[in-house]
Amino acid sequence: MKIAIVGFGNVGQSFLDMLLSKKEFLEKRIGKIEISFIADSKSSVSGDFDPLEALRMKRTKGRLRDDKKAKNCLKELEFDVLVECSTTKINGGEAVEHMLIAIEKGANVVTSNKGIAFYFDELMKLAERKNVKLMYEATVGAAIPIIRVLRTYFSTFTIKKIAGILNGTCNYILSRMEEEGLSYEQVLAEAKELGIAETDPSYDVDGIDAAIKLVILANTIGIRSKFEDVKRKGISWITPEAFKIAAEKGYTIRLIAEASKELIVEPRLVKFGHPLALKGTINTILVYTEEAGTFSFAGRGAGKYETAAAMISDLVAIYDDR
Amino acid sequence: MEDKPGQLIRVLEPISKLGGNIIGIIHQRGKKTPLNRVPVEITLSIDSKKVQELMEKLNQFLVRSFDEIRLLESANLILIGHIIHTDLSDTVTKIDSSDAECVELIVSMPKLSGKSTAMLTIAAKNDDALEKAIDRLKDICRTKNIEVIEPIYEEFV
Repeated sequence: MKIAIVGFGNVGQSFLDMLLSKKEFLEKRIGKIEISFIADSKSSVSGDFDPLEALRMKRTKGRLRDDKKAKNCLKELEFDVLVECSTTKINGGEAVEHMLIAIEKGANVVTSNKGIAFYFDELMKLAERKNVKLMYEATVGAAIPIIRVLRTYFSTFTIKKIAGILNGTCNYILSRMEEEGLSYEQVLAEAKELGIAETDPSYDVDGIDAAIKLVILANTIGIRSKFEDVKRKGISWITPEAFKIAAEKGYTIRLIAEASKELIVEPRLVKFGHPLALKGTINTILVYTEEAGTFSFAGRGAGKYETAAAMISDLVAIYDDR
Repeated sequence: MEDKPGQLIRVLEPISKLGGNIIGIIHQRGKKTPLNRVPVEITLSIDSKKVQELMEKLNQFLVRSFDEIRLLESANLILIGHIIHTDLSDTVTKIDSSDAECVELIVSMPKLSGKSTAMLTIAAKNDDALEKAIDRLKDICRTKNIEVIEPIYEEFV
């Protein structure tokens, strides 16, 4: 099987690292693995190359050997699976184009790019028409097994609702405000210092990231929806007093993404001890079913290795029927 | 009631005839009064118009006290904004109705001109009335630029 890797930042490099270190085991499961090409936003490597050398070059020189654009690699070179690891852009960006080219060519896609939220229906329909698979476990909650569980195991259940904590940065900020009685600004500064929050934190703290993931989850369970459909509120206006008063009645505050009749991302009061009252950068997804009550899926919701692990699992799932 | 057979049924019969529904009975045999009577605590739901009639039917017993609990459902919500300076009493009045009302308000005002934070408890007759009261609250708060944090309603099962 020939693999094309597009996007060679933290996630792409970790994916290749993991793929190479588990190569022997993986080949027993899914057959011979070859890397067709690797491309990042400005360079690429294809033809005769050593993947380990490509990793080393990217890490030392910040680029790959050749100048060929990712799009041209995708159009001209042969591959069976596209592993799309580029950074998510609002409205989908180039990553969606890459996936469309791959699917159109009859290749399967494994992606960590949340851009699929903006073209979910189009991508899925095309994949179905071309009889290929589009796997996106890594887009929501990194390695937390939720997408495949929803698409396969829960496909015979009636899902009443999905609710979850889909953004670790917000959860970190809110749990620190709860613990320390600090203001939003103070905790945000701390989160930036720790590398948990970006310099421009709006993508996280305004609930954009959570809303994009919610759209992916909702579409996965058949709620046709777009990013614009999500009613969204961020967390920057929450006062430290809110945590004090809430605690008197046994509550804390968390940014909750919820999909049922409506798609909503907003801070909610959550009882202490509730599975959504977890602290730190953890992600949690609750699936409310008609038949069997509520299920909780929790774990580290981000990280390059976590994301890469989900993508390896997706890759194997395409070719492995067991 | 007196500690002899057939006493309890004499109380339950009028409740049942008036369409009341018994929720619970606590028969406190161990707490006999000096007149050798047994305190019995009965919890029931009944049409509020029939309460007076029921009390008359029960006058042969000593009804020591009764509490009316009208509002069975409640929700806590956090409000953040200029809660006091946007006419708090108006906000509360607009939420109150015949079957839902604000029953508790805890306010924190750390700075004189800054935003206040409050926890508001709304109690209502039933789920439907509670939902409507919360919707009214959200509408009022939208016009007054007050942010509302709602609870997660479902318990985790």
